[in-house]
Order: sequence, then structure tokens, then C-alpha cells
Amino acid sequence: MADVKTINLTIEGRPVAVPEGTSLLEAARTVGVLIPHYCYHPGLPVAGVCRMCLVEVEKAPKLAPACATSVADGQIVHVHSEKAREARKGVLEMLLINHPLDCPICDQAGECELQDYTFQEGRKDSRYKEPKRFNPVEDFGGDVVYVPNRCILCTRCVRFMDDVAQEPVLNVSERGDRAYIGKFEGKDLTHPWAGNVVELCPVGALLSKDFLNKARAWELDRTASICPNCTQGCNAIIETRDNTVVRMRPRANADVNDYFLCDAGRLDYRWMNGPNRLELPQARRNGLLAEADWDIALGAAAAAIRGKRTLVLASPMLSNEALHLLSRLIRATGGSGAFRVARGPEAPLPGVKDLSLRSERAANVIGAEKLGFKKTDTPLAGLQATDVLVIADHALTDAEIEAASRASAVVVIGTTLVAGLSNVAAVLPITNFAEEEGTFTNLRGRVQRFLQAKAAPGLARPSWFVLADLLGALGESANYFLPADVFAALAASHAEFAGLTYDRIGLRGLPVVGAAQPAGVAQ
Amino acid sequence: MGYPHAPHPRETTVLSKYFGDRDAISLDGWRKRGGYVALEKALGMTPAEIVGVVKDSGLRGRGGAGFPTGLKWSFMKPGDGKPHYLCCNADESEPGTFKDREIMRWTPHALIEGCAIGSYAIGAETCYIYIRGEFTEPLERMEAAVREARAAGVIGPNAMGTGKRVDVWIHKGAGAYICGEETAMMNSLEGRRGNPRIKPPFPAVAGVFGQPTTINNVETLAAVPHILNNGADWYKKMARPDNPKSTGTKLWSVCGNVARPGNYEVEMGFPFKDFLYDLCGGPPPGRKFKAVIPGGSSVPIMNMEEAEAALMDYEGMVAKGSMLGSAGCIVIDDAQCMVKQIARLARFYAHESCAQCTQCREGTAWATKIMERIEAGEGTMADLDTLLEIGDNMTGKTICVLSDSCAVPVASGIEKWRDEFEAHIKGKRCPFRAAAAA
Repeated sequence: MADVKTINLTIEGRPVAVPEGTSLLEAARTVGVLIPHYCYHPGLPVAGVCRMCLVEVEKAPKLAPACATSVADGQIVHVHSEKAREARKGVLEMLLINHPLDCPICDQAGECELQDYTFQEGRKDSRYKEPKRFNPVEDFGGDVVYVPNRCILCTRCVRFMDDVAQEPVLNVSERGDRAYIGKFEGKDLTHPWAGNVVELCPVGALLSKDFLNKARAWELDRTASICPNCTQGCNAIIETRDNTVVRMRPRANADVNDYFLCDAGRLDYRWMNGPNRLELPQARRNGLLAEADWDIALGAAAAAIRGKRTLVLASPMLSNEALHLLSRLIRATGGSGAFRVARGPEAPLPGVKDLSLRSERAANVIGAEKLGFKKTDTPLAGLQATDVLVIADHALTDAEIEAASRASAVVVIGTTLVAGLSNVAAVLPITNFAEEEGTFTNLRGRVQRFLQAKAAPGLARPSWFVLADLLGALGESANYFLPADVFAALAASHAEFAGLTYDRIGLRGLPVVGAAQPAGVAQ
Repeated sequence: MGYPHAPHPRETTVLSKYFGDRDAISLDGWRKRGGYVALEKALGMTPAEIVGVVKDSGLRGRGGAGFPTGLKWSFMKPGDGKPHYLCCNADESEPGTFKDREIMRWTPHALIEGCAIGSYAIGAETCYIYIRGEFTEPLERMEAAVREARAAGVIGPNAMGTGKRVDVWIHKGAGAYICGEETAMMNSLEGRRGNPRIKPPFPAVAGVFGQPTTINNVETLAAVPHILNNGADWYKKMARPDNPKSTGTKLWSVCGNVARPGNYEVEMGFPFKDFLYDLCGGPPPGRKFKAVIPGGSSVPIMNMEEAEAALMDYEGMVAKGSMLGSAGCIVIDDAQCMVKQIARLARFYAHESCAQCTQCREGTAWATKIMERIEAGEGTMADLDTLLEIGDNMTGKTICVLSDSCAVPVASGIEKWRDEFEAHIKGKRCPFRAAAAA
């Protein structure tokens, strides 16, 4: 990296040293000072229009917009001086004069920056006595509705579409206080990444149709996770209400997805709450498949597998941990593993390097391959009549079900029942990705952790737990107490994963050894 | 020449000498009147020499800010490998101002000559003249004049046969006040919404199309040929002896309640009282002057005590609490309701706000609504404090000064004519309207 000069300044009495060219707003952030702002967003070009981030710089004639002012040596900056606070109070009053103040029925309430800053330092009353401007709600297409009366015209949405999605759809129409966010003639927010404008909107003006009136922000539990819907591995937050996933949102990670999540990814969460879940273990006794205790079901599975060659059909949605244990099962029984991956059209986000909705629509394709599973459109090709087929949460076509029925036995380790098979020896219910902890490996070889967002249904157990028990039932050593233990074993036995631990991976992920990361991405 | 009136003997007609003279419009006519001699002279000088002469003359920007023109030109760095642009701001949209219109209507070649000299002086290959959308006649005249000049080889790839490229293009605005703000004008030129840009970067670093750009007002550029022809000393002498900071002649547009409205050209430092009563003929019969907005609607309103003591240059107007601005002089007599006049001004700014900055978008409209409510007799005394506080929030906090421009007349109105505001509030009606009805 070229030598960048370090600038020393003082913000709110704290010494700050940042590279030349840093904005006052970002410089303040490095020492834990939040300068209130609306139009500024680190993932968008600077607009400097909301005028909320005005700060007092000593010896400057006027207040300076912190987002659009670069640091200079020796600057003394006051964020909470009376002058700066009065200016913000003035902005907040102006922003609210035409605002409907309908927080009780607004989806944004509880996570609204207008609400937050008004409570923090706004006026307690309004001096505005005139009629308020009114514009009707508009469908912006895609997943987005626009409530113009709540809009503060920060233009984050316009800039996202112009500069990041690079498909200009939105604009500022009209002038003065008649201004509103308009849509170009014949255009809709149908870009595959357009849904990001909902998160970018700091107020309740752009809302998700999918989430509309579904929950109040304060009722939600939030879990750091990974979007499982393609191989990109965008960092995400899974939000649940009463143990039900109601929304998935992007979690910032400059190395993977910046601040964004595609529409296909964010809206494909319902399967995590899916019906028809396997809740109880089952075992075949006296020719009949019946619900049974875990010990009996595990015993039945082990009995079916023992002495046979296994073919493991493993879902590329399974964690590295589960796949590692399945690979041990294969090794122990001298079998093989394969999977098929669903595909869809690729949809890049042009403004962010190496960010795209990938065509392979599963989270852990790369992890599965690295752990020895073969990606193929005919995963059952090698199945012989003497083999035991282990179906690990993998979907089957009708033809595959027919092929599977010719195996000597089938062991189902999954979240849903596989219908149409009469040779199932045991069914071991596992939790889905939202219900357990683990890691995925994305298409650039980045290992990323996801945490448990909701409870397991019935007696279902985490996949790594069930597979460890199954190995134990087969006489293998598998004393793991946490998913981290499984990952440690994986890292110890796979050179590519050497040195990685849950602690080191943290919530931002780390690449496997030798993984070529996109240029410019920090490692 | 005090156009459309015969020139007053006390005027100094330099820029306005040929206003009303149809024969001055054409290239031939202009050449016969000494046109393009200065350009020829300029092309024989080095750019630095021209900048030196302009600097020495003391010429300052006529668009409102009064920035020294030569200094502005010296910010351009020719030979840095980038394209350079000169933009002529002909978006004259400041209420009360109509001087550039007359320059373009009657002496279009004077402007082209100024643009050509300016382009050469700052190393600009291209000059855009951004003409206000409503200026249909000036636009036609300018387009015809540019065609003529290009056909005659006066401008173009080989300007006046010197081998130097000086090109001038005309761009028509779409009718937005804010496009007269130089950075908004550049956005408009580029085909974007006419929103002012944050400075820095300043236009000399990154202007139109992101390249080094200088923006000059029509009157500024039109004065340059005269300075080259007659010398910096000649120009410098047209000033108050005690104030060398404002030099040359200044065109003043006068409108409102005045006997002889029109354009007047006087030397810097001319006494404002003589100007209003002598040159402009004083108030209409039976009336008295009450207020003057000397520099276009954005400057503080003067009462007559201030106006009559003021001298007509940049410093003289500031000394009496206002600004020279664009020298669009709006005169208001004693039959007019100040509340109504100011409400009308506020409405203009509310209409023209580009809607970027919060304080301007919301504040201009809010102030307008309060002003109109007071004018309708529905105001309260608390409204006056609110107006002043809104004005405070609108001043010095936004990207451009449109917001300040709305707050300024409101604040000076409340300060200087508080009795009229209070009469509206206490009497619950407009006293002027009541008087007219009686």
C-alpha cells in the first residue's frame, strides 16, 4: 500500500489519528463518537444533503458537514457543542414538520433513525401549525412500497440504484417541499438487489412488502448468520419472532457482501420455518417403520450400515461440521459421497466487487467438495443393490426415489421425510441451518460461522450431534460436545482448514489456506 | 443608456452604450463599433499577460459574490493535461435583475468576445454560455451571433487566423432559479438535475464534467474586451477615490415603484440617493419610497435611511447593511405592504428550492406559510420569533445560499418593519388591503 499520510486531530476531546482523506464522520467513529446522520452511508457516494452531521470545527466560520469534510491536521472538532446540537435540533424539527408522526403504525418504529435522534436530542414539541403535505403510498415494484409522507429525502435509495445497482430507477421529483422520490417512467424496483433500499432507508419511507405489518422491531430476536441461499455466503442477520424467522437482513462484511443482500436471498427464508418437519426418530422393527427413542433409531441405523458400503447423498446446505462427520462415515464404511446442487441465473451487484447472486443456490457447495463429496447431476449413479444409501437432507427426484428403493437399506438423516421408500431402516431427525450452529465455506473458500437462530422442532437434534452419535454407535470415536469440537477435528484432519478455529473465524469469517480472495479484499 | 430611456448625463455607458441600437447586433455592426479588436489583441498576448491586466483592473464578479476575476482566472492551471472549461453564467434569474438579458439582446458579440478572451486566458478549449430557459429572445440573438462568429472564423478551431482554438457553445437552461448557482449550473450542463454541489472540490479543480472550470457572469466577461482595449488604469479610475476595491462601471436593473425603471450604468461608488431620485426619477407621483432591495432579492432589504446614505459599490452597500449582489434593484413605495412583499419573495424561494438540504426544502416552505398566514391576518406574535428562529436554522448550514437568501429578507423585514407585521397580527387583517378597500 502506498504511504498514506496520517492526520492527527481532536474530536470531542479525544485524540484521533486517521489516514488523510478520511471524513470527520468516519474519523469520529474510530474513537467511538457517533455523529448523527441520515444521508451518509458508508456503502454509498457522499451526498451531504441531510445536514444532520453538522459539527463545529474550531476556527471554521461555519458548521461543517462531517460526512463531506476531510480531516485536517490539528482540527479541534466538537460534535456535542451547543452550536452543533442546536443545528441538529433545527434539522430534526424541519424533518418532522411534514412527517405524519405515525410511529404507532409504522414498520420502522423501533429501528428508525428519525425516531431515535428525535428522542435523543429533538424538540419536545413542534412549532409547525400549518397543514402537512400529503402524498399517497406508492408501489415501487419488487418488494418495496414507498410511503412519501415519512420520507426525509436523504436520497440513499436513489444513490444505491444509480451507483451500486447501476440501474437508475429512482429520482428526486419536484422541488422544494413538494419533492418526493419518484420512479422513472416504466421502471420498477425489479433489480435483483433492489430490496436493499429498504435497509438503506433510515426512516419508514421504503418498506418491505414481505415484512409489512409482520412484527414490531422490538419483538424480534436477532442472530448473526450467513445467507444460505447461494454460494456467495453473504453475511446476514436472521430475525425471529416467537421462534419463527420473519426477516433476513444483510450484516456488513466488506470482504464478502459489503452492506447488501440480494432479494432472492433475503426473501427465501420461509423454508426455515417449514412445515412437515421430522420431529421424532424412527426405526424399522418387524418390518414396520415406527417412531422410536433416539437410542433405538441410532442402533437401527448403525445395524443397517454396519458391514455394508455406504453411498452418502449429502445436501450442500449442510454445515462443514456435518459434512466432515459424514465423510468419516464414508471412510469407515468404504463408500462414497455425492450431491446435486440447484441452479438459477447469476445476478451480480455491479457496484461491489465480486458480489453476486451465484448460480449455485446452496450455501456449502465448496465445503462439500473440499470434504470429498462429488458434485454431480446424477448423485446416485454409483448406487449398487448391496449398498446402504444415507440420505443426509438431500432432495430426491422421482427417478432417484425409484433408484434409492433398490438399495439394500436407506438411512434418512434429515429435516423432512423422504416419501415413497419402503427400505428405510431408520430416520434420524436433524435441525435445519437456522436451528443449529456451524460453518459454511463460500465460493471463495471463506469459512464463515452461523449461529442458532431458533429452537429445534420436537426431538430433532443438530446434524453434527446426530452424526457423532451415529459414528459412536458404529464403534467410531466421536466425543464432541460442541460444534467447535467437530470443527477442530475437521481442521486437524484437513490441511486446507489448518489453523482455523471458531474463535479465529469469529463473525467475519476467514479463508481456507491458499484460497484466492478477490483483489482488494482484506484478509 | 438607461435603456429603454435615453441615457442620463450622469451615466457612464460602457457596456450599455449600444443598448437599443439594432445595428450593433450583427457581426458587421459590432466590428464597426470596435468589436473584436480586443480579441485580436488578446490572441497576440500570453494568457498570463491577459490575466495580469484583468487582475490589475480590479474587475470583480458581477454575478453577486464579487470575487476578483483575475484571481479566479489564475486558479486555472493550463497544461495539466486535462480539458479546461469556461462557463458563462447567463442564467440571470435573480428576481429584479435583467442586465445580462440586455447585453445579450443588443450586444451579443460583446459577450462572445469576452468569452473568447476569457477562454484563451484560462486555457479553456471550450466555453459554454448557459442561458436562462425563459430568455427566448436573448437565446436567439446569441445563437445567431455564435453562428456568425464561427462562420467568420472569429471563433472556432483557428480563431481569427491565429491557429488558436477558442470555441463557444450555447446551452439553454430549463427554467430553474437554482441553475444560476454555479455548481448547479454545471450539473445542469451535464444533463443532471440542477442541484448545487458540495464545495470543495471547487470548480477550478473539478468543475463541469469533473474538469477544471471557471464560471463567470455575462457582465463580467462583457467588460473584459473594454479593459483590454482601454487598459487596466482606465478601468481602475472608475471608482471612489477612497475605495479602490470596487472598480469600473456597473449595470443596475431598476424595477418596482419608481418613475423610470430600466437598466442604468454608473461608475462604482455612485451615490445611491442621487441614483434613485435623479437617474430613476424618484417615486411615482404622490408616493414616497419605503424600502429598496439593492442587489437582487437575496440581499437584506434597506430602509430609506440606509439606502439614501449608501454608495453604489461592493463595500458601500455592505457598509449600509446590504449587498451589491447582482445589482437588481427593487424599489418599494409607501403604498405597498412589506409583509405581502416579503411573503411573495419567500414563496419564490420555496418554489425554487432544489430540495436537497433539509433546512432549505422544509424551511423555505414553512417560512412562506407563516408569512402568508400573517399577511392574511391569522398570525400570532409568537410567529415572529418562530420566523426568526427558522431563519437562523436556515442560515449558513446548507450546501448553497438559497436557504440564506430566503431567510435574509424575512429577517430584515421583521427587523425594520416590525410595526407592519404587528399591525397585521393585532388588527387581524392587512392594513394596506383595508386602506385600499376603504
